Amino acid sequence: MAEITARITLPTSARRGEVVTVRVLVRHPMERAVDAPGLTPLPRRILHSFRVTYAGAEVFRAALSPGITANPYVEFTTVAVETGAMVFEWEEDGGTIYRREAQLTVA
Amino acid sequence: MKLAALLALLPCMALAQDIRPSRDYLAPELRAMQDDPSRHPGWLWVDEGEALWARGAPSCASCHGDIARMAGVATRYPAVAPDGALLNLEGRIERCRTDHQHQPAFGYESEALLSLTAAIAARSRGMPVNVTTTGPAAPFLDAGRRFYETRQGQLNLACGQCHNENAGRRLRGDLISNGLGTGYPAYRLEWNTLGSLHRRLRACSLGVRATQFPLGSPEYLALELYLASRANGLPVEAPGLRR
Repeated sequence: MAEITARITLPTSARRGEVVTVRVLVRHPMERAVDAPGLTPLPRRILHSFRVTYAGAEVFRAALSPGITANPYVEFTTVAVETGAMVFEWEEDGGTIYRREAQLTVA
Repeated sequence: MKLAALLALLPCMALAQDIRPSRDYLAPELRAMQDDPSRHPGWLWVDEGEALWARGAPSCASCHGDIARMAGVATRYPAVAPDGALLNLEGRIERCRTDHQHQPAFGYESEALLSLTAAIAARSRGMPVNVTTTGPAAPFLDAGRRFYETRQGQLNLACGQCHNENAGRRLRGDLISNGLGTGYPAYRLEWNTLGSLHRRLRACSLGVRATQFPLGSPEYLALELYLASRANGLPVEAPGLRR
């Protein structure tokens, strides 16, 4: 699994049933391709999809387009149901998958 | 009579106009984002810098210990080294790298140098800038002040004509700040990345259609010292967030 720099911010603990806000910043150039006379051509290389699984279910999914800024920021909410890992996965053009985890403790 | 007295006072007030921290000139949304590490992409570089701090043999941590001990260091740069060279934080890191780590320099504006600079500067966030302007620093400060006060470029503008006389007014849809370097290295939305103060200064030079000096050049180093002297007492904002 490839390494990626990301900042995942979520409350360290939450009550069962509480709505928690999850903030995700990821370091990526989101290269939307260079193809113009006089410039060195570059293929498109973006993180085209982002999904989050928690407590055995997919809680968030986004398709990212080439118009999205470098180092994209995503914020979403989910309901705290059980103590466990929230798994964040990004898929890059070319098939590389980056994965990060964050722990949520539910009291 | 009273009005005349007030009018006579006005020029003095303009001269004594205080220099405000750069954050005061940010749009409220950007200021909130700059204050929130969970939304500020500059902190991605801080994370990478902290990882670099512990990497290599000897690593930065082998001599300096935990990076938390770098608190307050960024407030004192640029500073004059014992051999008489003016070093900013980037220059200091590069020197450590070549002299103590015996590694090739990272190079100005390289991701590694930006990350380390951001990680070290972030440890001084909120602390007042406190650069030395006397002794061996005095000639550099004079050179920096001369650069700041000299009209240059096709537009024939001196830095102060925007950043002193017109600070707080609008230019191309943005507010003109007092032109302090306290937020650098900063994540600039226009760049989509973190960049150094010298990269920003090159953009300033281009803006007035003047000569752009190389990153790390003596001209920009002296100017950086002068800008820091104007910011003495104001908080370090690095990693900043800029338009």
